[in-house]
Amino acid sequence: MIAMRVIAVQTATLALRSGGGAFVGLVFFLAVVTVVPFGVGPDLALISRIGPAILWIGALLATLLGLDRLFGEDRADGSLDLLVLADLPLELVVVAKCAGAWLATGLPLVVMTPVLGALLGVEPPALAATALTLLVGTPALTLIGAIGAALATALGRGGVLIAVLVLPLTIPVLIFGASAAAAASAEPAGFSAPFLILVALTLISAVVAPITAAAALRAGLD
Amino acid sequence: MPDDQDRDDTGAGASRPIRLTASDLSAVRGGRRVLAGLSFTVATGELLAVTGPNGAGKSTLLRLIAGLLRPVGGQISFAPASEERIGGRLHYLGHLDGLKVTLSVRQNLQFWADLWSSPGTVDKALEALGLTRLATFPVAVLSAGQRRRTALARLLLIRRPLWLLDEPATGVDKAAEAMLGEMLRAHLGAGGLAVVATHLDPPVKPAATLALGAE
Repeated sequence: MIAMRVIAVQTATLALRSGGGAFVGLVFFLAVVTVVPFGVGPDLALISRIGPAILWIGALLATLLGLDRLFGEDRADGSLDLLVLADLPLELVVVAKCAGAWLATGLPLVVMTPVLGALLGVEPPALAATALTLLVGTPALTLIGAIGAALATALGRGGVLIAVLVLPLTIPVLIFGASAAAAASAEPAGFSAPFLILVALTLISAVVAPITAAAALRAGLD
Repeated sequence: MPDDQDRDDTGAGASRPIRLTASDLSAVRGGRRVLAGLSFTVATGELLAVTGPNGAGKSTLLRLIAGLLRPVGGQISFAPASEERIGGRLHYLGHLDGLKVTLSVRQNLQFWADLWSSPGTVDKALEALGLTRLATFPVAVLSAGQRRRTALARLLLIRRPLWLLDEPATGVDKAAEAMLGEMLRAHLGAGGLAVVATHLDPPVKPAATLALGAE
């Protein structure tokens, strides 16, 4: 438990430190959310209705942006070998690294959501629902992303490959996250079903992703 | 580190003789057979030097022993048998230093000390490698030799019976080489084992030399 906390804290520290890595995700989120209304046109009713979906897509893309460095840097500087040898199953190392990465990239997105949502004219109940779905759903994005990051690290690639691998897998999270957020304002009774599926998706990825990512990292040790 | 030789919390003490045995070891990397039918034994207090030209399989052998690679044939055993994973009983120093360039020397070492739950050893390790003055500098501004010293300091953060060192003296100056020799002598004197891959003269006279030839 202590070892996991140490790894999580270091991952978060490095993400925040190395060239403002986590900050880049936040700026990207901001960019996506502010640009979409220009494309959609000055229809406030429409924008406030699709606002939760815009926030979700922005969060998804911003999360993908930071995945490159999740294992890539550890592999490049040799510390991945030492983490594999640490007295902690590699699966838990992956969990700890995901927790650290989420603290540095996912949590700031959740915190920024109310501000950006207000910018889009999203109603307060829908705004709260969007922030809540992102709080529950972004860990799943990071965890699923870790699978792609581990595979790309094992192959010695990075960048776009990760996004291509991960994006299809994150679609269920996006569907249920965005629909729960949208349901909150349109028909409050329809919120709980997609929201609970979102919770389930996060829990499933918390189990499956570390095992898969650890297997990919082991296979890539060379 | 003469003053912490009385610590015997990781089984490195002479009271429990330990032995690393490899028999008929074969390894393949990238479809090419790099090691074939290799057997050796390293006992308590011994240093095995692994020599050979580039590509002879020195690094592969160290990674096999560490369990980072699987052999295609043969066995490696580390006696006495233990429940503990092999990773918890060895220090592996690869050709990469495993340092985060944005963190300071001290932060880098502190991370591993915390991870290995070995508090309070960072200062001593810094001092042993002559890094005290550099402790607060980010690794990014250090020279290659100073980075190697920092990586070597990691070996002193926690006592582990087996050291696997891959070209440990790459880039370091005469003084650091002497420190490495002293570290190794103290480690072996306390009952530790070491396998050192090098194409230079090893810093301590080896008990045996394993010469690998490139195919």
